[in-house]
Amino acid sequence: MSEELLDQVTQADYKYGFTTDIETDIIPIGLSEEVVRLISKKKNEPEWMLEFRLKAYRHWTTMKMPEWAHLNIPQIDYQSIAYYAAPRKNAPQSLDEVDPELIKTFDKLGISLEEQKMLSGVAVDVVMDSVSVKTTFKEKLNEMGIIFCSFSEAVENHPELVKQYMGSVVPYTDNFFATLNCAVFSDGSFVYIPKGVRCPMELSTYFRINAINTGQFERTLIVADEDSYVSYLEGCTAPMRDENQLHAAIVEIIAMKNAEVKYSTVQNWYPGDKNGVGGIYNFVTKRGICKGDNSKISWTQVETGSAVTWKYPSCILLGDNSSAEFYSVAVTNHHQQADTGTKMLHIGKNTKSHILSKGISAGVSQNSYRGLVRINKAADNARNFSQCDSLLLGDKCGAHTFPYMEVYNDSAMVEHEATTSKINEDQIFYCNQRGISTEDAVGLIVNGYAKEVLNQLPMEFAVEAQKLLQITLEGSVG
Amino acid sequence: MLEIKKLHASINGKEILKGLSLSVKPGEVHAIMGPNGAGKSTLASVLSGNQNYEVTNGEVSFYGKDLLSLPPEDRSREGVFLSFQYPVEIPGVSMTNFMRTAVNEHRKYKNLDPISASDFLKMMREKKELVELDNKLANRSVNEGFSGGEKKRNEIFQMAMLDPRLSILDETDSGLDIDALRIVASGVNKLRRSDNATIVITHYQRLLDYIVPDFIHVLYNGRIVKTGGKELALELEEKGYDWIKKEIDG
Repeated sequence: MSEELLDQVTQADYKYGFTTDIETDIIPIGLSEEVVRLISKKKNEPEWMLEFRLKAYRHWTTMKMPEWAHLNIPQIDYQSIAYYAAPRKNAPQSLDEVDPELIKTFDKLGISLEEQKMLSGVAVDVVMDSVSVKTTFKEKLNEMGIIFCSFSEAVENHPELVKQYMGSVVPYTDNFFATLNCAVFSDGSFVYIPKGVRCPMELSTYFRINAINTGQFERTLIVADEDSYVSYLEGCTAPMRDENQLHAAIVEIIAMKNAEVKYSTVQNWYPGDKNGVGGIYNFVTKRGICKGDNSKISWTQVETGSAVTWKYPSCILLGDNSSAEFYSVAVTNHHQQADTGTKMLHIGKNTKSHILSKGISAGVSQNSYRGLVRINKAADNARNFSQCDSLLLGDKCGAHTFPYMEVYNDSAMVEHEATTSKINEDQIFYCNQRGISTEDAVGLIVNGYAKEVLNQLPMEFAVEAQKLLQITLEGSVG
Repeated sequence: MLEIKKLHASINGKEILKGLSLSVKPGEVHAIMGPNGAGKSTLASVLSGNQNYEVTNGEVSFYGKDLLSLPPEDRSREGVFLSFQYPVEIPGVSMTNFMRTAVNEHRKYKNLDPISASDFLKMMREKKELVELDNKLANRSVNEGFSGGEKKRNEIFQMAMLDPRLSILDETDSGLDIDALRIVASGVNKLRRSDNATIVITHYQRLLDYIVPDFIHVLYNGRIVKTGGKELALELEEKGYDWIKKEIDG
C-alpha cells in the first residue's frame, strides 16, 4: 500500500465521517476508541459487543507489553498498524478463485485445499484477510445441531452463547495481547457441539494473512457441551512478506461434563528471511477449561513459522477426574525465536495432565520451552508428567527450558524429564550411505524425533506437518 | 569395477592410508585383514565418502567414474554399499520408512518411478527372510534397541534391499555369536552373483570359513603388503601378524 493511497483512504474516511458507509474496506492506521467503534460498526455488531471491545480497549491503554519471555522483540509501534481489513472486491467467492499463491503453498506441501475438502471430508472455513469468505459443510453439521461458523455470524445468530462464553476462559483483562485482541478482533471461528453429540468430521480452519501491514486478530471459541466430542484443526500458511506483521489471537475452549475437545494446530506463518528480515510476530493466548467432571482437552501444536512465537496453550482442570494433554513440536531456524509451552492448572480432584514438548533449533534461532504446572490445595491426587526434549542442529542456536512447578497439595505426583541432544553426524552419514541426501536425512531424523507428537495429529495433518518440518529446516545442515 | 590407485588418506592430520592400491573385478570376493590400526576401517570409510577423512592423494575409479568426486549418497546410488561396523540408531524412524526412502532415492537416480507400496512390502518380506530377520524388527525404529546380532543382520537386510554392485562389510563378524555369524554369512553368500563384488574387512579368519574369499590382502601401516588366496587366512590365524610386520619393518 503506497503512502499516497493510504492518505487518500484516510482522508476519504474523514470526508464522509464515521457514520457513512465507506467504499473502501481499510480503516485508518493506528488504534483509538474511534477505530474500535468503526470496526464494530463495519461488522454491524450489537451494542453489547461494542461495549466489550471498548472495555478491553480502555483497559489495554493502561497495560504494557510483557517482557518476561526469552525473546528479543523490536519496539512495536501499535499506532502504525491497521487493525481491520475486509476482503477486497476481488476476494475469491469460491475455492476455485483462491489466490494461486496459497494453492502453490499447499501444492508444495502435497495437499491442495480442494483435495483436503473433497478427499478427507474436512469442513473448511477459510479465513481470508480477517473475514470468513467461505464456510462449507455447514448444513450437514446443522442437522446434528452443531454450530460451526465465523465468529461474526455467531455474534449475529447465537448472541446468547457468545455472551455466555466469550471471555469466560480468557478474560478481557488477561494479558496485553489478549486484551488487544478483545478490542480489535476481526473475526474467527465459533463452534458449539450440543449435548451427547460426537462431531463426525474434523472441523478445520485455514488462516492466512494477506493484507500488508494488517494485524491479524482472530478469535476462536469452542464450546463442547456434556458428553460431546470434537476435533478441531487450525492451520496457517502465509505467503512471503518482508514486513513485520502482528498477530494476536485468542482461542477459548470450554469442555463440559464428559466432553472431549482435541485442538490441533500447524502454524506456518512467514518466519522472515534468512537474515531475520520480516516475518510474523505471533502472540497467542490459547486456553481451555475442563469445566465438567471427566472432561478432557488436548492441545497438539506443530510450530514451524513466525519470526517470534509467544504462545502457551493452557488448561484449567476444574472438573474432578478431568485430564489435559499438551503435545508440541516447535521448530526454529535462521533468526526465528520461539517462547512456547503450556500451563496446567489443577483444581479438581484426580486431575491428570501430560506435557510432551519437542524443540528443534537450527541456524541462529532461539527456542524456549516455558511451562507451569500448578497443583492447587484442593486438587487431591493430581498427576502430571512433563517431558521436554531439545534437539540442536549446529552450534549457533539456543535451546532453553523453563519449567515452573507450584504444588500446594501433598498427594500430588509431578514428574519432569528433560533432555538436550544434538543431531548426530553419524546418523546423517548412515542415511547418506543408503542413498539419502543430507537434507532428506535431516528431515527423516527430525520427523523421527518429533514422531510422538506428530502421531497425535489427524492423519491428513500429520503428512503436511512432516513436510513442513523438512521445508523449515532446508539448508540448516551441511 | 573398482580400481584404487596409490590412495593416501588422513584423519585429523594423521595419515592412515599411505598409498593403498587394490583392484576388484565383478564376481570377486576380497578379504582385507590386518592388525589393529592398519587402516582397514579407514579404507571402508574413505570408499563410502565419510567426510571425517581427507583424501590427500590417489585415485579411486568405480566403473570408470571418479568415486572420490561423488558425495556419499551418490556413491550409494552408484551401487557402493557399506555394512557398518557400528550401525547407528535413528529413533522414531521406522525401518520401513527408512528403507522405502532409500530404495526410492536409488530408483530416482536411475530415472525409475517410486516403487509401489505393495511391491515394496513384498520386497521387504522376501529380503527379511534372507537374513531371518524378525518381522517385528522391520516395524521398529532403525537399529533402536536392536541387539548386536540384530543390527548386523539388519545391515545385510539393507544390502539385500539395495542390491549393490560393490558391498563393503566392515567387521561384520564383530560381536556376533556363531549362529548369528552363520545367518549373516549365508545371507551374504546368497547375494553373491557374477555381476557384483564384495570386500570383507575382518580381524579373524572365522568369518572366511563361511564367506570364502577369492583373494586375501594383508593391510599393514596403510598399505597392502601381502596378497594371497584363501589359505593365507589360515596361515595368519596360526602365526598372527608379527611375521608380516617383521618382514616389512625389518
